[in-house]
Amino acid sequence: MQSLSNRKKVIEQKPMNFWERMYLPAIVKGLGITIRHFFKKIPTVKYPEEQRPYSKNFRGLHSLKRDEEGRERCTACGLCALSCPAEAITMIAAERTKEEENLYREEKYAAVYEINMLRCIFCGLCEEACPKEAIYLDGPHVTADYVRKDFIYGKDKLVEPVFDITKLNPEKTN
Amino acid sequence: MADEKFKVTIDGIPVEVAPGTTILNAARQIGGDIVPPAMCYYSKLEDSGGKCRTCLVKVSKGSEKDPRPMPKLVASCRTTVMDGMEVQNITSPDVLEARKGVVEMLLINHPLDCPVCDQAGECKLQDLSYEHGVAQTRYEFKRRTFEPIDIGDKIKLHMNRCILCYRCVFVADQLTGKREHGVINRGDHAEISTFIENALDNDFIGNVIDVCPVGALTDKTFRFKNRVWFTKPVDAHRDCPTCSGKVTLWYKGEEVLRVTARKDEYNEVEEFICDTCRFEKKKTADWVLEEPAPISKQSVIDANHYDVFNPPPVIKKNLQLQEANEEQLARTERLK
Repeated sequence: MQSLSNRKKVIEQKPMNFWERMYLPAIVKGLGITIRHFFKKIPTVKYPEEQRPYSKNFRGLHSLKRDEEGRERCTACGLCALSCPAEAITMIAAERTKEEENLYREEKYAAVYEINMLRCIFCGLCEEACPKEAIYLDGPHVTADYVRKDFIYGKDKLVEPVFDITKLNPEKTN
Repeated sequence: MADEKFKVTIDGIPVEVAPGTTILNAARQIGGDIVPPAMCYYSKLEDSGGKCRTCLVKVSKGSEKDPRPMPKLVASCRTTVMDGMEVQNITSPDVLEARKGVVEMLLINHPLDCPVCDQAGECKLQDLSYEHGVAQTRYEFKRRTFEPIDIGDKIKLHMNRCILCYRCVFVADQLTGKREHGVINRGDHAEISTFIENALDNDFIGNVIDVCPVGALTDKTFRFKNRVWFTKPVDAHRDCPTCSGKVTLWYKGEEVLRVTARKDEYNEVEEFICDTCRFEKKKTADWVLEEPAPISKQSVIDANHYDVFNPPPVIKKNLQLQEANEEQLARTERLK
């Protein structure tokens, strides 16, 4: 039967000749390929010592932001938790007292704010939903861990540290 | 004469109503999109309405006898129908334009603190401004601000958010019989207050929380506890000596966070409830549960709720598996 594309080739199988049966030329040829790779540029990146450049809109670990006076911006409105498709975010709100006005921006704040990093799919909808510009997914990758409960990140891991200009360059200030 | 009916046409839909009915109530008999929004009118409260101007409609034909249109837009909660009257609500661009202006005026002094406010999610002003308002404010001056004050030990008044609808004043006036609650000062300085901050201690005063269309009067026992859209409303009743005892319980998990009166589609309470039911009975054991409260599909409260009232557990309890998990946890704890 004639093939439709006319590109069919019938391969003839012959018994190996003497040189082929020795396998030596094939071994030398293979080693040649291996040795040639020693002198090529290595594409492997030694993460984490060395990192590839990230995309500008890479979404990593969440951080809860502070305003220009160092107060927490989050007001525990719950819109991030509402928008979260994986239901990874939970929070408990509390009322700010008079003495805490330098700690929290709004009269209500998140006393507990937890994100389950095993549930989170890093879609960034919480960032989009936030009316206070309090949450951004601008961190690194979430690190590996042994136990499930360690993936529930609380405020201790999420809130960004207070910006302190005196600690920015310790050698120069001293 | 008694069973005489007036024929009214609202947005082209004819309806027959009894004489003396207001245009708003005639529209509510038809229902649907053509019902004008109302911030201050409350059908259960006498004399309410006529203050917020959100229910403005255009009367394009006065009546059968006098077919001239009314010269200006009228407040539909205060205007009674005439035979053969033709009313335009959403079909008239004038009305929509005017309503946009009214919303802008209502929002002049209203702080945009919905993320903080407990009413967010069930707030009528939020819905209204979302549907009819403009996205941006043109107001550049300082909004008037007040410190939140306690009215009684269970109610918090946030005067910043008040839109002066007077509903709470009517509640205090009509339900409690002894008036201690009113509006002082005039114009821009007007504010809701009790006389010399009298604590209100009537049995029914908690209803001012329910009638407030915004988050000005809030329940202190629910204050900042949770957002309404994370709670599940369930209708329940109890044998109460002072009120009807028909309420909605707002559950979060197994805990009752809040008790309110049942509300109809216009956000008006069906029956006023007493303060004992509202503030003190916060255990499931106190109530006889009926069914999940009906929530509009558009409401944010409906988001992420599952249809079944008592959903079966997703995972069957497997003691063998639990034991194995505990054993694994003990093993991994040692690694740390």
